Amino acid sequence: MSEMAMYTKDLSVYYGEKQAIKKVSMDFAAREVIALIGPSGCGKSTFLRSLNRMNDVIAGARVEGEIWINGRNINAPDTDVVRLRQNIGMVWQKPNPFHKSIYENIAFGPRYHGIRDKRKLDEIVESCLRKTALWDEVKDRLKGSALALSGGQQQRLCIARSLTVQPSILLMDEPASALDPVSTAKIEELIAELKKEYCIVIVTHNMYQAARVSDKTGFFLMGDLVEYDDTQKIFTNPSQRSTDDYISGRFG
Amino acid sequence: MNPVKKDQAAGNRRLRFPKHIREEWYGRVYAYFCVTLLIVTIVSIVWFIASKGLNPFLSGAVSVPELLFGRTWSPESEPPLFGALPFLAGSISVSLLAAVLAAPFGFCAAVFMTQIAPKVGRRFLQPAIELLAGIPSVVYGFVGLSVIVPFLRNNFTGQGFGILAGTLVLSVMILPTITSIATDALSNLQAGLKEGSFALGATRWQTIYRLILPTTFPSLLTGVVLGISRAFGEALAVQMVIGNAPHVPRSLLESAATLTSIITLEMGNTVGGSLHNNVLWSLALILLIMTFLFVFTVRMLERRAGR
Amino acid sequence: MSAKTADRIALSVIIAVAGIIMLVLAALLGYLLYRGLSHVSWHFLTSVPQPFRKGGGIGPQLFNSLFLLVLTMIITIPLGIGAGIYMSEYAKPNRLTNFIRLVVEVLSSFPSIVVGLFGLLVFVNLFHLKYSLAAGALALTVFNLPLMVRVTEQALRSVPQSQKEAGLALGLSRWKTIRSIMLPMAFPAIMTGTILAAGRVFGEAAALLFTAGMTTPRLDFTDWNPFHSTSPLNPFRPAETLAVHIWKINAEGRAPDAPEIAAGASAVLIIIVLLFNFGARALGRAIYRKFTATK
Repeated sequence: MSEMAMYTKDLSVYYGEKQAIKKVSMDFAAREVIALIGPSGCGKSTFLRSLNRMNDVIAGARVEGEIWINGRNINAPDTDVVRLRQNIGMVWQKPNPFHKSIYENIAFGPRYHGIRDKRKLDEIVESCLRKTALWDEVKDRLKGSALALSGGQQQRLCIARSLTVQPSILLMDEPASALDPVSTAKIEELIAELKKEYCIVIVTHNMYQAARVSDKTGFFLMGDLVEYDDTQKIFTNPSQRSTDDYISGRFG
Repeated sequence: MNPVKKDQAAGNRRLRFPKHIREEWYGRVYAYFCVTLLIVTIVSIVWFIASKGLNPFLSGAVSVPELLFGRTWSPESEPPLFGALPFLAGSISVSLLAAVLAAPFGFCAAVFMTQIAPKVGRRFLQPAIELLAGIPSVVYGFVGLSVIVPFLRNNFTGQGFGILAGTLVLSVMILPTITSIATDALSNLQAGLKEGSFALGATRWQTIYRLILPTTFPSLLTGVVLGISRAFGEALAVQMVIGNAPHVPRSLLESAATLTSIITLEMGNTVGGSLHNNVLWSLALILLIMTFLFVFTVRMLERRAGR
Repeated sequence: MSAKTADRIALSVIIAVAGIIMLVLAALLGYLLYRGLSHVSWHFLTSVPQPFRKGGGIGPQLFNSLFLLVLTMIITIPLGIGAGIYMSEYAKPNRLTNFIRLVVEVLSSFPSIVVGLFGLLVFVNLFHLKYSLAAGALALTVFNLPLMVRVTEQALRSVPQSQKEAGLALGLSRWKTIRSIMLPMAFPAIMTGTILAAGRVFGEAAALLFTAGMTTPRLDFTDWNPFHSTSPLNPFRPAETLAVHIWKINAEGRAPDAPEIAAGASAVLIIIVLLFNFGARALGRAIYRKFTATK
């Protein structure tokens, strides 16, 4: 059994009266990729967003239960949410680089967190862009606008940005669904590479992608975690009927 | 305390309140302060104007019915008479008439921009209407005084000053308000509604008249009420063309006065604290109350339009 | 009458109305510029008014209007942006927020003369500012603030949620996210709205009659020390603005060329307001183009 990065206990999410997530308990090992799959509206993104308390910004959303990271329940009311988020990176479905230069996109977080030394910042920018295989493509135009990059490059820039605050966990919400196949392949390679350092939780509606990149897979249906096991097992020999139906494309 | 300890104390404080929490706190204080100021402003507007405006009634010098229904305004006579009916009548008639005149124009303009020629509308009519909205009221007053009043004087009886001149000036001024609300309402129409009607063989006008007009009626009315509200509170443009004679007008071409025009003219010429001055504040209080009435009417209509 | 005929008549009426509105605007602007511009000269723009003689100018009034606008904006912009931030980012969907919304709506519906009267009671009398630029600027702030709040709130709301989340996910505080991520993105819209608001402030007169006053003392345009009583920059001196001046000469102008002065001043006022309008529009378009071109 590998080292644990995070686990949830009886996590429920409500939007107003509606319960979107029903008492989900799940554990996430360090240096593993965990895929969350399920039909749209099953709550997988909602679940992901509650892991870094991003649901806090949605009016009317309420999260109950426990999320443990480093021996602390981060869903407790006294949690310093801002500090917590420095420990967790996040990547969205649509690339959302800041409307600033490429350099600024990367340097913004570290500078805010107290790194003023120009050389140190340059180092961070370079290493983060290298990790996401973007360095060679953009090193000559670091001062150029991030919006001038292609969609795939923008998404890799966003991944690079999420690494800058040195998180231990990365949350990815369908990171490749808005991209072309070539860019998707690059993102998947990147995930395999980043796995060496981070615990990655990825929401995807592409089952092949889940099968390709993940070590473990959780299947969500109508707010329930139906099955959670090794990816290998989920895709070859699922123990639940509904998982099997979904995997083999009978609904979803 | 020695310096090392002091440093530690400072360090502890910083630990307890890290940068992001302090910063958030400053930001919130700033935003909350600004909002509080808004509330303080409105409360003090109501408080100060009400306390001044209620003075004549509380001191027993003038009664509410006397003010509202008295037909004679002669502050200098003995005893002074403070009948504000002429001004009420003037204010109500100019703003209602202006709305009656401007509403069809605004509605037609909105139909033109949304149903008939959206491209031409966006390119020419929309900017034109925005410019009309941007012209300052004294400029409207000046044009009214130097064009409309002489025109009326030369073509009709009387001096040209009066309700009609005020109505004409105000109707141009409130046209943008009515038009923009109507345009919003029409462009928010459910897609497919119109096409369905065309498919049934209705002409464009039938569709507009039978379908679009009834469905958007509450929103159109909202625009009209906002227009009336603006006209009711407009001071200088009206004051410049209405003639400022303090009696109930018997014709559109006779000099008249409004609440705003009498306040504008007499507030500066009366001594603070005198009864005459205080009654002017009562008129201001009426304007204030009317504003609230207009806002609540608009809210009610919006709620109906939203349904 | 057949449906077709009715349709044709109705459509012609609507098109005619659209034409009439354009004509009214054209006639209005044409009249103002034609009558006014012939009187506008460098001398007219820079010299002082003559109460009883021909040949007076609008120099001090023009300066007062611009200076008052600057003062007003210095007060309004930070307050409006702060309250706009609250409305868009910190307000929770509850009764207090509904109440504040009502406050903004009522405040923006007050007739400007009422705002002016409030200014007279509070700024002029209670704060002992007398008839002064400071009192005028505060009254105009009350008049302008609701608009600035709305402009800011809408501009912030149009910033994509994903940008805000990206900032928060980096471990930025909410305030930092608002200030460094959202406000820069909302800036173009805030800027456009502010310029439009400035045009409105520039033409406002009713709120100023009893706050900034209807007179201007002799000004010494070589003395720029704001603490001297004859300095143009002294915020505690009375100041008749261009819009107030137009009203006053129409009401009680005694100079023989009063109608020409009113026309000239109106032309100047309208040109400046048009500049604000076109400026805001052009800026909006330029920024829009810049954003869409890079995307």
